Parts: sequence; C-alpha cells; structure tokens
Amino acid sequence: MDHLDALEAQSIFILREAFARLKKLALLWSLGKDSNVMIWLARKAFFGRVPFPALHVDTGKKFPEMYAFRDTYAKEWDLDLRVDPCPPIDSVDPTLPPAARSAARKTEGLKLALAKYGFDGLIAGIRRDEEATRAKERVFSPRGTEGGWDVRDQPPEFWDQFNASPPPGAHLRIHPILHWTEADIWAYTKREGIPIIPLYLAQDGKRYRSLGDQDITFPVDSNAASIDEILLELETTKVPERAGRALDHETEDAFERLRVAGYL
Amino acid sequence: MTIAVPPASLAADAVRPLVRIVIVGHVDHGKSTLVGRLLHETGSLPEGKLEMLKAVSARRGMPFEWSFLLDALQTERDQGITIDTTQIRFRTPSRDVVLIDAPGHAEFLRNMITGASQADGAVLIIDALEGVRDQTRRHGYLLQLLGIKQVAVVVNKMDRVEFSAARFGDISNEITAHLTSLGVTPTAVIPISAREGDGVAARTDNIAWYDGPTVVEAIDKLTPAQPLDALPLRLAVQAIYKFDDRRIVAGRIESGHLRAGDDIVIMPAGKIAKIKTVEGWPVTPLAGSFGAGRSVGITLDRELFVERGDVIGHAGTAPRDTRRLRARIFWLHDQPLTAGASVLVRLGTRETRANVVAIEKAVDPGDLASEAASEIKRNHVGEIDLSLSQPVAADPADSNPRTGRLVIEINGRIAGGGLVLSVDSGQRAATADIVPVESALLPGERAARYRHNGAVLWFTGLPGSGKTTIARALERRLFDRGGSPILLDGDTLRAGLNNDLGFSPADRAENIRRLAELAAHLAANGHVAIVAAVSPALADRAAARRIAGDRFREIYVATSADVCEQRDPKGHYAKARAGGLPNFTGIGNDYQPPTASELVLDTAGLSVSEAVGQVETMLAQTDVLIEDLADLAAHI
Repeated sequence: MDHLDALEAQSIFILREAFARLKKLALLWSLGKDSNVMIWLARKAFFGRVPFPALHVDTGKKFPEMYAFRDTYAKEWDLDLRVDPCPPIDSVDPTLPPAARSAARKTEGLKLALAKYGFDGLIAGIRRDEEATRAKERVFSPRGTEGGWDVRDQPPEFWDQFNASPPPGAHLRIHPILHWTEADIWAYTKREGIPIIPLYLAQDGKRYRSLGDQDITFPVDSNAASIDEILLELETTKVPERAGRALDHETEDAFERLRVAGYL
Repeated sequence: MTIAVPPASLAADAVRPLVRIVIVGHVDHGKSTLVGRLLHETGSLPEGKLEMLKAVSARRGMPFEWSFLLDALQTERDQGITIDTTQIRFRTPSRDVVLIDAPGHAEFLRNMITGASQADGAVLIIDALEGVRDQTRRHGYLLQLLGIKQVAVVVNKMDRVEFSAARFGDISNEITAHLTSLGVTPTAVIPISAREGDGVAARTDNIAWYDGPTVVEAIDKLTPAQPLDALPLRLAVQAIYKFDDRRIVAGRIESGHLRAGDDIVIMPAGKIAKIKTVEGWPVTPLAGSFGAGRSVGITLDRELFVERGDVIGHAGTAPRDTRRLRARIFWLHDQPLTAGASVLVRLGTRETRANVVAIEKAVDPGDLASEAASEIKRNHVGEIDLSLSQPVAADPADSNPRTGRLVIEINGRIAGGGLVLSVDSGQRAATADIVPVESALLPGERAARYRHNGAVLWFTGLPGSGKTTIARALERRLFDRGGSPILLDGDTLRAGLNNDLGFSPADRAENIRRLAELAAHLAANGHVAIVAAVSPALADRAAARRIAGDRFREIYVATSADVCEQRDPKGHYAKARAGGLPNFTGIGNDYQPPTASELVLDTAGLSVSEAVGQVETMLAQTDVLIEDLADLAAHI
C-alpha cells in the first residue's frame, strides 16, 4: 500500500464512520481541488453513489469557471446538489476587516442552510497543512448551537474513535482529508483522473493555488501549466498555499476569529 | 545551521518511510521551541514565516520565540502555552515526518492523548534545569499505555546548566530508570539547547563530550508503526450497504490480509462464509490480496446477518468472543470512574453498554502512587473489569494492538480509553480437546423448584470473624425454604481437593481460584454455593468475581481483629502468637478488606439470625431469591 492508498483508505474509513453514526449528513462542496477530491473519495467509500446531499453555500462571487464546473459534475456524478445563497454583506459583523467580513458572510449562509435542512453533520474538506488553526482540528469536530468552535474544549480522539453525538441543535464538522497535504491532493487528482477547474493551471505567468471568491482571492506567480508541473513547483516553493487569500493576512488572528465563529 | 534534506519527489515518496512522532513533556520544557528549531534546520519553513515570527515576537515585546510557529491560537501566544495538539510535516535525510506537538499542561491531557494516539514514536523532552517532573512521568506512562515503544529523550536547555555532562548524566539515569520500569527502552537520550540549536541537527562544541545521535538522527532511526499485515485477519465491519443488488459488507482491514475465495468467520456470532468478491469503484470486482489499513467492501457467498461492530477473521485464527474484559485505561472525565458504573464501550466499530464490575488498581501516573482502588480519578490510570451487555470480538492488546483497544464514552463524549489486558479473563479458554458438557436441565427448571437462582455467596473476613457460623446458619435457612445451598468451607476443601496447596501467595491464589471455579460451576447449575474463606487478597477475590460473573455476591464479615482474637474458635490466634503458624492471616497486616462488597456484616453487634436475615434481604434485592411464590402462599 503506497502513501496515496493509505491516505485514501483512512479518508474512506472516516466517511463511512460519519455515515454510520450521524443521521443527517451533507458534504460541503466549495468546487475547489480539495472538495473535489473529497467527493471522489465519497464515491469510492459508497461504491459510486454519494448517499447524502452536496451543499454549495453560494456567495454569488465565485469564478464563472467554478459555476460551470459545478453544473457539469453535479449531473455527471449524480449528486443531490443543494445550492443555498448567503445573506447580504450588511448582516455581517462590521468590525471585521473587509476580506474577513466577506468570508464571514459564508459562515452566515452556512448557519442558514444548517437551520433549513437540520443537518447534524457537515463533511468539510479542510486540511491541517493549510493553516495553523486548522492543524488543531479534530476529525469529528463538534460545533455549538450557534455554529461556534470551542478550541479550548475539544473532545479527545483516541486512535480512530471519534465523538459523534452532537447535542440537540448542534452539529459536527467531519474532516475526512484533514491528514492530506496540498501535494497529496494534486498527486491523487492526477492518479485518479479527477477533473479540475483550469484556473489552477498557469496562464500568462499566474495561477490560482487556492480558489475562493473572486473579490478576495488572487493568483500567485507560476508557470505550472499541468498537474506534474504543479507538483514540481510544490517541491521547491516556500510560498504558503493561502498566500493569495486576503483574509488570512489582514490581522494576526483574523482567521482564528472566523473559525471560532463557525467558518471552515 | 541548516542541514541538507533531499527535495520531495513523487518517485521517492514510495520508498521514503513516513513516521508520525509526538513531542511530549512537562509544560515549559521547550516542546514548541524544539519543533520550530527542527523545522528551521530541516529547511521546512515556508517563506516569510521567520519574518512573521520576528514581527509577532516584537509586537509582544519579547525576544524571538520559536513556539509562535505552532502555537497558532491567540490564547496560546498570549499565555505562552500550547493548548491543543497540532501537526506539521518535515523531512529528515531518510524520513518524511509528521510531527505532532502536544500540550504539556495537565488540564490539556486529553489533547496530548489525541495527538499521541496517532504516533509511531515519541520525543520526550526534559528541562535540564528542572529535571524530571510529574508531567514528564505522566507522559512516559501514557506513551506506554498508548503502545508507543520508541521514545527518544531530549534534555533541553543545556545552556542553562552550562552544558554540564554531570547534570545530563543524572537526568539521563533517572528518566531511563523510569521508562525502563514501564517497559519502554529509550532509543536515545540527547543533550540539546533547542533555542541555540545544540544537539538538534548538529553536535556542537558545547556538547563535545556527547557522542550519541542528534535529534534529527534519532528521528531518522524511528520506524513506522508495527507491521499489522503479519497478524491474523481482522476486518472491522462499519456498515452493510445495499445501494443496488449487491449487499456489500464495508469496513477496514485492521490487520492481516483477505482476498476473494477466503473462508471467513464472522464474530462474535461465529457464522461461517466465503468471500465471494472484493468490491470497488470505479472498477469492480477487484482481484488480488488486500492488507492492513485498507478500507474495503466484500460480498459473501451466502445470505447471513452481518452488522456494524462485527469482526471478520479467518477460520482458525478468528478473535475470541466475550462479554468480559479486563482493561487498563486512562481516565479523562471530571467525574471519577467508579465500580458499578454503567458506561458505553466502543471497541473497534462495536458499541455496547457495559458495567464496571470492579476497579482493581488505580495509579496516579504523575507520582506512580497506587491508590485505594474504588475509583479512577481524572488523568489517572486504572485496571478495570468490564461486563458487557453484548458479546464482542476482541483480542488482548499484546496480541493485536488494533482489536485490543477500547474507549469509554459518557454522555456522548469519550471519557477514557486504553488497552485490553485479557479477554474473558475469568472463564479460561477451553482447549480444543476439552468439550464441556452441558447440563441436561434448563436453568429455569432448578430455579422453579428451589425458588432461587444460582449464586456464589463469598464470605470474606478475618479468621474468627464469624464467616463459617453465618454461612452454616444461612445454609440451614435456605434449605428449610426449599432451596439448594451448598457450603464450601475453605478449611474443609483444603483437607481434600486443595491438599496439594500451601500458604504462599501463589498457592493462596490457586486455592481461591479452585474454590471459585467449583462455586461458579454449582451456581451455573442453579445451586447457591456458600463460600467461607478468609481470602485475604483483593486481587484473588476480584479473580473469583470474574470467574463467577454476575452470580457473585461478596459478603464482608467486618468483625474487628481484637474481637476475632478474643473468640479464637479454632485456637489459631493463640497458636500464631506462640509462633506456631507462620503464615496466619489476622495477626499480620496482610488482610485487604473489600472496597465494594454487596454486603458488610459486623458480628460484634449482630446476632447470627440477624446476620442471616440481612443476607436474605440482600439476596432478594439482587434477584437471587425468588419471592413471588412465597408472597402467593401468604395470600392463600
């Protein structure tokens, strides 16, 4: 069993645990490289069928290529796609810096969708290597009734035994690819032939390493025009993956504040 | 300095082993600093990170602080402590490393466990100035409990003790002795200064007297987790999927291998089948053999009821099924775990209610002091005896680490966890050649005649406390009401069945075991076995309870030693005082009173018939005596 096989097997184990132990699950689909891998893993775990809805909390500000990707593959992959909009920006905490405020809109949209469908589990494609507060996540991570993350009081996870009993009104975030790295995602995408959004590939010396909303995500300098070239680039680069994400850099604790409030 | 580390490459990924290591130790001994230094010296820091750390440190008016790299949370940076575990990757010359930084504070032990339970090896850090502390010992104990055998010790802050080889030697001896007593041999003990860099990637002049490995070299020698492929097959069933006309048993191979065509046994039910296909997606069915770690789906050659929690093994090497387990657990919950507690146990994918029959040992891993074993406090370790409401398939942890571990859940949250020490500990395994014969009678037939269920009544107490007197009176009382009591007196059995045994602790334990086996057999056949035996050792009586199971009732005749000696019905006290009975229990201090018996009788202020009455009441309340017929008779 090679490295990618081991990652895949562990993610499938986590997805099956979530499906066995929670009543109303959804998978958050942000259309990016990580959540695409996650859907692929779900199809592997459940033999071709994703037995829960894919939820896209839509800011309305994604790139056109991303919407096209969503509409094509929701059909091709036979997903139960739910698209839910986010509330207007003026409903969001005005003390947050601009990009963080924009991201916080998404948290609000997520809360509305949770209330609407009554999900007790949300499967999310975050990874430990993306960002330092994500590195501290549990695989099954409880969220309060307001969607908040209590970093001071996370339940213990012994081995692969997860806590899966959220109190009424609360929900769990399940992180099946927490243990993957950016390079793992690309190597697996290549090996499995998972389709990607072309914005990840370099054009005119620029490419997106991480895809968010149009107004708060920026491309990085790169000539990597294929997955192989991306992998080579990742071997030598020391630029962090989220360098093009404005919200990470506004204040020292901007991202932590967002995550504590319920952001992914 | 920065050492040369080969760049990642896809081709190399297949051959470079990936190891997960956890860095543990007392708070402030320098875990996060060491991690920062390791990342820097192996060239693993992203661009701009060093500058960011300098800026963060400057903003707080502090000298440069490596730990800000991992202590990402505001509270962590503000208080200078690690609250939660974190994971980060780096590369040594021959390893890919996932480094797990775990908090040292006692109140964050659950986070340390969460991090450490994923690790193949550990680095235990000790401050050269402070030396070995409670938390150091506690972490050493937990590593052993989690099954981590590879531990490299680093003695940090050597700059604060002028790089003294003597100070290093003292700490090295102390921690080596501690770990060795736990069954863990340190792979290296390394003097370092994480802040200055000595001993991390290079042996500097400051530690010229040291000729062992650096931290990077020690990490480079750690090996990935034990090869589970070589053990017998254990497939933990997660679910049965029927999305189309296939009925797929889905789960993970915890150990061993499987392939289509294998003969399998589904435990705990013991049903037998053959694997028809190994299913997959997008290609199915799959050919070949699948080993430990794989998440698979299989179909069977016949329709059988298989469910989540079952464990699939190969015929001949399947796990035991049991309702009784002995386990060593680490307890994390605010409320102590007590004997008699009803809990939820998770063993693999099986979830079952369980009763804590007994707590046999409790230890504070900080000072290693054993405590009265009536409860296990938060952050303490204990050995417990569990009775499960459903049978489970399990292995002792030393024969299979994956199916030999469990967690305990309270109110939907994991409250503790640990290792299975023995399976079905009381009921010894029948060897293949022994086929126990079942009684011709159904259990209910005897109960209907005797108006009681089978039971073992275990009278314990000092010689002369009144055990035999009460036991005999009880025997008469139960017989007169139509029951089938049988007296098993310790001394009487020593005259025959046990006349090969002396009074050494081992012989005493064997004496009790035989008494318990005999009593349990009688109880299983509907009789009330009344055992009167000093049985001074807690552990021996716990073993008897395991053998007899739910039928066991312990009655402690708690008469004081003075009163017993005054009575001296057999003249033993007088003889012992005269030096004629060297191993006599009563005058020495070797009687260990029960901490949680079903009934306590003090015969100093109680008549024999009152004592028997109390026993009867207890038997009625614990469903041994069947009272409904008597009540009916009273109304006729």
